[in-house]
Formats: sequence, C-alpha cells, structure tokens
Amino acid sequence: MLHKYRWYEYVLIYFGVAVFLTFVLAPFVEAFVVSLRPLSGLFSIPYKFITDEMSFEAYFSMWKNVPLLWRYMLNSFFIATVVTALGLLCIIPAAYAFARFEFPARNSLLGIFIAVNMFSGAVLIIPLFKLMQQYGLLNTYFAMIAPGTAFVIPTGIWLLRSYLVRIPKELEEAAWVDGAGKIYTLVRVIIPVALPGIVVVTITAFITAYAQQFIYALTFNSVNELNPLPVGLFQFFGRQSVVWNELMAASLVGILPVLFVYVFLQRYIVAGLTAGAVKE
Amino acid sequence: MAHTAKQKDYFPYLLLVPATLVMVSIVAYPLFETFRLSFTNTSMSPNYEYVGLANYEKIMSRRFPEVIARTFYWMGLSVALKMLIGTLGAVLLNAMVPGRALFRILVMPPWVIPIAIGVFIWGWMYNGQFGMLSGIAQRIGILSGPFEFLAYKNSAFMATIVTDVWIGVPMVTLYLLAAMQSISRDLYEAAWVDGASRFYRFRRITLPLIFPSIATMALLSAIATFNSFDIIWILTEGGPRGATTTMIIDTYKTAISRFKYGEGAARTVMIVLFLGSFTFIYFVLLSRLAKRSPNNAA
Repeated sequence: MLHKYRWYEYVLIYFGVAVFLTFVLAPFVEAFVVSLRPLSGLFSIPYKFITDEMSFEAYFSMWKNVPLLWRYMLNSFFIATVVTALGLLCIIPAAYAFARFEFPARNSLLGIFIAVNMFSGAVLIIPLFKLMQQYGLLNTYFAMIAPGTAFVIPTGIWLLRSYLVRIPKELEEAAWVDGAGKIYTLVRVIIPVALPGIVVVTITAFITAYAQQFIYALTFNSVNELNPLPVGLFQFFGRQSVVWNELMAASLVGILPVLFVYVFLQRYIVAGLTAGAVKE
Repeated sequence: MAHTAKQKDYFPYLLLVPATLVMVSIVAYPLFETFRLSFTNTSMSPNYEYVGLANYEKIMSRRFPEVIARTFYWMGLSVALKMLIGTLGAVLLNAMVPGRALFRILVMPPWVIPIAIGVFIWGWMYNGQFGMLSGIAQRIGILSGPFEFLAYKNSAFMATIVTDVWIGVPMVTLYLLAAMQSISRDLYEAAWVDGASRFYRFRRITLPLIFPSIATMALLSAIATFNSFDIIWILTEGGPRGATTTMIIDTYKTAISRFKYGEGAARTVMIVLFLGSFTFIYFVLLSRLAKRSPNNAA
C-alpha cells in the first residue's frame, strides 16, 4: 500500500510530531502549571517544574488583585465583536461587488484592497494618533475599534469573494426576473446561500480582532476601564515583582473564549486562514 | 439582463462605498498625512512648520542604517526558521498515521490566541532566576548559573526571534499542509507503482508542487514579521541597548514615546517604501505563478 509505513518510519514520524508539538504546546503547559503553583514555590532555586502545594488559588485571588480583570475581558470581547460586525458590513457588499459585477478598474481596486493587508496598524500609528487627538477620540472604544476594522476588511473581502464566485449566477438572475431589487436580492438570496462562507469570514475576523488589540489600546487609550485584556495585563507584566501565577491564570482564562471558539469551529478556521493554498 | 443594464452603472460602486470609506479614512488619508508630516517638525504642540528634508537627513546620518540592517537580519532569520520548521511540521502532519486529525488541531493555539498573551508566557519562560528555560538548561548542565535571556544583546535578539517563530509556525504549517493535500493522489500512486521511494516522491512530486505555496508564504510571512510590534515591545521594548530595535519599534519609540511625530513620520515613510516593494514583489510573484499554471488562481 502507498501509505504503509515500516515500524521505524512510524517511530520517526511520531518522534518528529512529538518534538514539534512540544515546541508548540510547552508554553501553554508551563503557563498552566505556573498558574497552579504558589508564588513561594515559583521563586525557588534550583528550578522545579512542579511544587508540592499545587492549587487553583490563583484563579480566585486574581479577581481581587486585578480588580478590573472582568472589565478587560469584556472589553476585549466587546471590541472584537464590534470590529467583526462593522467589518462584515463592509466586507459582504464589497465581496459581492468584486465577485459578481463587471466594472472598470475592478481588478486594480481589488489589488489595492489586498495591498492594505501588507501594512499593519503599527505603520499608521502616528497619523492616527494625531487625528484622534485632533478630534478628541483618544481614550474611547472607537479609537480601538476603527483601526482594527480596517485591517479585517481586506482578508474578509478576499475570502468571501472566492466563496461568492462559486454561487451560480442563475440564482440572482431568477430573483431579478421576478422583479426583486438588487439590494433585496443580496440580502434575501445571496446572503442566505453564502452563509457558510460568511461564517468562515466572521470567525476569521473575530479571531484576528481579538488577537490584535494590543498596539491600538496601548497607544490610543489610557483609561484603564476601557483597556482590553492584553494591555490590562501588560501593566502587571511590567512590574518589578510580577505575580506570575495570577498573571498566567488570568492569561489562560482570557484565551478561553478563543480556544472554545477554536475547538468547535477549527475546520472553518483552518479553511479561512489558509485560503489561497488550495486553489480555487 | 436588459432591464438591469441601467442600474449596472452605479450599483457595484454603491456596494463598495462602506469598505472604501473605512479604507480612505483609516488607511489612505493617514498614509498621506504621514507623508506630509514627515516634512515637518511636528511635536506635542499644535503648531509646526515645514522643514524640508531635515528629518530624512537626520535619520540617515544617525543610527538608522544600523536599524534597517538589524530589521532585515531579524526578519530574515525569523522567516527562515518559520519556513524550515513549518515545512517539516507540514510533512509530519501530512503523514497518514493514526492521530493525525488530533495533531492538526493541536498545532494551532499559538496562532489563534492574542499575540500579547502568548508573549507574556514566553516572558516568564525567559526569566533568568526562576524561568523554565534557564532552569532546564541548568539542570542538564548547559548553564552553570541563572541566565537572564532578555538582559543580553545576543540572547535577547534570539529570544524575540524564537517567540516570533513560535507564533508564526502554525500558520506556515497549516498553509503548507493544505497545499500538500491539494496535490492529486494519482501522482503519488503512479510514482509508487514505478517503485519510487518515499523520499524520492517527496523530492520530485511534493516539493516542486508546493514550491509556489512556500514562496508565497515566505513573502507573506516576511511582511508580517517586518510589521511585528507586540512581541518585541512586550519582551524588551527594543532593548537591551537597542539590540532588538527594529524599524517599527524605532518609529514607535521616536513618535509615541518621545513625541517627535515629524521624525517618526519620516521613519514611517521608509517603512512604507520597504513594505511597498515587498507588496510589489508579492503581486509579481502571484501573476507569474498564475501564468505558469492557469488553474492556480491564487
């Protein structure tokens, strides 16, 4: 058989996978173990991987020692949700235009949208800072939402467009013949049919928006109540004596929502994030 | 559709209005502003004047060429490691062995979690007194005493790269895995019937067919790495003594920490020039690949 391996090939493959996954997952295991250990056990020399008195205490004490922790988590979630919603409002019509209509400069316009992906928020931080200062938008949710939205749109358009071109044209032509307006057709015919594609785009956008809040919040926001989780925890990270077990516990709780989304929807996520490798 | 011909003129543009509005106000106009501000001495105060090319002369005469060189070194090393480990990972995950579905799920976490949070964990692991890496290295005898990875120029440089590789590897792996799985099984079966060894099949079928994906991914990865901010900022803020100061970090320090927006804008223009050329190469590469095989409409 083609895929029959000899015993030493099995050993080699599993050994390689084990080394590879250790590199990928060891930090999470270490973070979890650290979150269970008392501080006195963490600050012991020589280094020990585990300590005697392991407990979930940090998961309770962190809410007291990081009083705004729940706020940070809600903020992260809120910002990512609004970014995703606003992103979809831009992505769906634009992707539909690029997938279905012939118009002058279509390809170069699409190229320009894709090219935006090559820049990051870090490049635009100075003018955005000045503009937001000028219009009094610093220290608002808007300051963290707007730049995030801009950077989920290009990928979203690209993903959804490649999904929409595969939907048969007859579908909307039938709707038009029946006298449906173009916007009505988009909302009532195209969007329901394209729902699986929209789900992929939504998840991709949400994960991106949840992952990339750091620089905007760090730069545009100095009101602690509005901080998303990464920046909220960063204040504790930079201190002289870091309460590591609580920091790790808070970090792990903070990534639970995405891991949860991920475990259930990983098929869609892989499809979304690796689109382009498999040819249309 | 005759009766829609009239509407055809403006409807697609109407559909593009929301996305274009966001792009113009968040990307295009700020980019233009950066360009304009790079010729000014703008700072904290609302008043500023045009100073011609002074900002560019200033950055050219100072340590900036060194920062550019460091950025490319950092990027080159990181991307090379990502591609190497990612390709190896994809080959391993592509093997038809029991458990492979689970392995594929387990690769992804560093990619989907917020970057900053992954970096916090690495920050702990690099801790000299109590961290895991220093501890293990002492246990097995590589180090004789505690070693603060982020306190020395070379080790901090490497530490930021390792963290960047950790975050970037899952995407490279899954992207190349998807590329490998899109290769037709018939090719392998034909080669197998002809008695080609596993390694030969890899070298003569897999590698050439995924090469376009490797090239595309390397370029995309280079662009993302060039833009990298969170990792370095959280771990070292560009230190120690500038050892991890890339162009992005340097710009951020100048503009946001020292309020020299004009000088920072000039640095940003340089970054945009580099990113622009990467983007150009990317599009050239894509059109070349599309021409070579007409079905590859990536």
